[in-house]
Amino acid sequence: MYRYDEFDATFVRERVKQFTGQVERRLAGEITEEQFRPLRLQNGVYLQLHAYMLRIAIPYGTLSSKQMRKLGFIARRYDRGFGHFTTRQNIQFNWPQLDEVPAILEHLAEVEMHAIQTSGNCIRNTTADQHSGVAVDEIEDPRVYAEIIRQWSTLHPEFAFLPRKFKIAVTGAAHDRAAVRVHDIGLRMLKNEAGEIGFEVWVGGGLGRTPIIGTAIKPFVEKQHLLSYLEAVLRVYNQLGRRDNLYKARIKILVNATGAEEFARLVEEEWQSIKDSALTLPLEEIERIRQYFALPEYESLPDWTPEFEAARKANPEFARWVQSNVKPHRQAGYAIVDISLKPDGGAPGDASADQMDIVADLADDYSFGELRVSHHQNLVLPHVRQQDLFALWQRLSGAKLATSNIGFITDIIACPGLDYCNLANARAIPVAQRISRTFSDPKRLAEIGELRLNISGCINACGHHHVGNIGILGVDKHGEEFYQVTLGGSSRDDASIGKIVGPAFSTEDIAGAVETIVTTYLGARTSEAERFIDTYRRIGIDPFKEALYGNSQARRPAAE
Amino acid sequence: MSTQMVTANRLTDGMVVYLTNQGDWATQFSAGAVLAGEAAAEAAMADAAAAAKQQLIVGQYLIDVLIEGDSIKPTSTRERIRADRGPTIEVDAGSWTGRIGD
Repeated sequence: MYRYDEFDATFVRERVKQFTGQVERRLAGEITEEQFRPLRLQNGVYLQLHAYMLRIAIPYGTLSSKQMRKLGFIARRYDRGFGHFTTRQNIQFNWPQLDEVPAILEHLAEVEMHAIQTSGNCIRNTTADQHSGVAVDEIEDPRVYAEIIRQWSTLHPEFAFLPRKFKIAVTGAAHDRAAVRVHDIGLRMLKNEAGEIGFEVWVGGGLGRTPIIGTAIKPFVEKQHLLSYLEAVLRVYNQLGRRDNLYKARIKILVNATGAEEFARLVEEEWQSIKDSALTLPLEEIERIRQYFALPEYESLPDWTPEFEAARKANPEFARWVQSNVKPHRQAGYAIVDISLKPDGGAPGDASADQMDIVADLADDYSFGELRVSHHQNLVLPHVRQQDLFALWQRLSGAKLATSNIGFITDIIACPGLDYCNLANARAIPVAQRISRTFSDPKRLAEIGELRLNISGCINACGHHHVGNIGILGVDKHGEEFYQVTLGGSSRDDASIGKIVGPAFSTEDIAGAVETIVTTYLGARTSEAERFIDTYRRIGIDPFKEALYGNSQARRPAAE
Repeated sequence: MSTQMVTANRLTDGMVVYLTNQGDWATQFSAGAVLAGEAAAEAAMADAAAAAKQQLIVGQYLIDVLIEGDSIKPTSTRERIRADRGPTIEVDAGSWTGRIGD
């Protein structure tokens, strides 16, 4: 894992000291809320519905057991005993006191963590494939470059006040698990014809009120030119992006208005002028950073053990968990374990302080002390010996962390919604809980198969509803919560934006509507191998409309 | 004529508070002063602006409240959730081991 050098450590300490002073001045009345607001946001402190909220960065979703234990400590000592893992691979605490935030930041600095640039119109935490470094389909570990981007983008003076926030995601694998096509910039590592590894650059993707799948504007950027190319994209955006209208300020609007081709040309022009500047990455520096992400010293193990097979046969629950939550590892005898933070009826992405401690212990005992956070709001143990899987599963079961539902309909992405968020129009978590209970039968879950369901409590789409195979958007209609359903979204290699199926459903009816959609799919699929998204793409939206509203209402206009 | 209440967040810990008849700030919705008419609302907002200047509260605003017999409640879902001082969801008891501010 990346370790802070002297520069990083000093910088974070100085920043904590600076923000401590700012909080003191605010509490003493020396600065107004208007002056303080941008300062607190730059340090991850929001004022939400019930209280302050602190968002802490987990760069590219990788953290150590020591860091996870510290998060558990903060949850217990400074919050209400739990935290919420987000779709940006970060963690949010819902109840910190402003006067205690400096103390929390001191604790975080002790374990090389901070909350810088988790808000504001700057380059946010760069996210990456949660299976980086260990996935079988990986070309190269993208975290090396995510770390380089982190260093480049942290307090980058030119990009501290962009027209709007800016999110970058990187994947180094053949299959996209990082949703790169719906980011401001998505980087996809690939091999060119000469066998060199570089980046395909996607620009202008995003969700929110104007969901857009990004466009690949550059088929191949050499590693050493990554930063200069990114800088060129950011420069064009910073100069031409709209600042007069909050809703039209993201890069996707600029790319759309300019046209992707013209935007690419502008970037190219800018790039040519800075390409061989100080931003060129020396290959030795890339190698130096790579050392931090060197894989642990694995044992030489067989890829198959009779004990594991016997445990699977003897215990159907364990077998189910292996089927859904355990993924193949590039090292023989090892496995990647996805830990679901979506228990039956739970709040997606929430983990208690006790669970954080337990997961940290499990990382030490079974995964070389390393953990990951996925943008699906789950956790990952990236290096587990196959022979340890049964013991690990037993310990996870004891902590309500062994739900077998990764990639299934109950592996729901949900934003905090109106239960916590100042911007929300409707609640998201109770809807997730209701759907989770509706589909709690593990056999039925497995029968339904891969199906991503995402819920947002408002049009800002933090719950990624546009790219859910089934998406649910909470809307407010005359003071009442309603839920609009979209179908056919995906954030993967076949990225697409879901289509609104019809008028919105009430809180009481929404779980039933999802049930109807699933039943329609099961009745229409050609075989168990045909996933929901495949069936939807084959038969279209009409059969679902008909099932939900009947013939007469199938053509009614969608709710606002 | 609408009936209203002034709400804000307490500056130090962010807790939701309501302006009371005594001119202080309570975390209980039921302790909030019910304001009838524009003049009362304006006067209460002036008090709130003064409290904000004294670093007691932040982000003050008026909310509509509904009076039915003895019961007073906020009109909007959002404000009802705020008044209940926490999420509406059933949270696993195990995850509420930390302290609860008032």
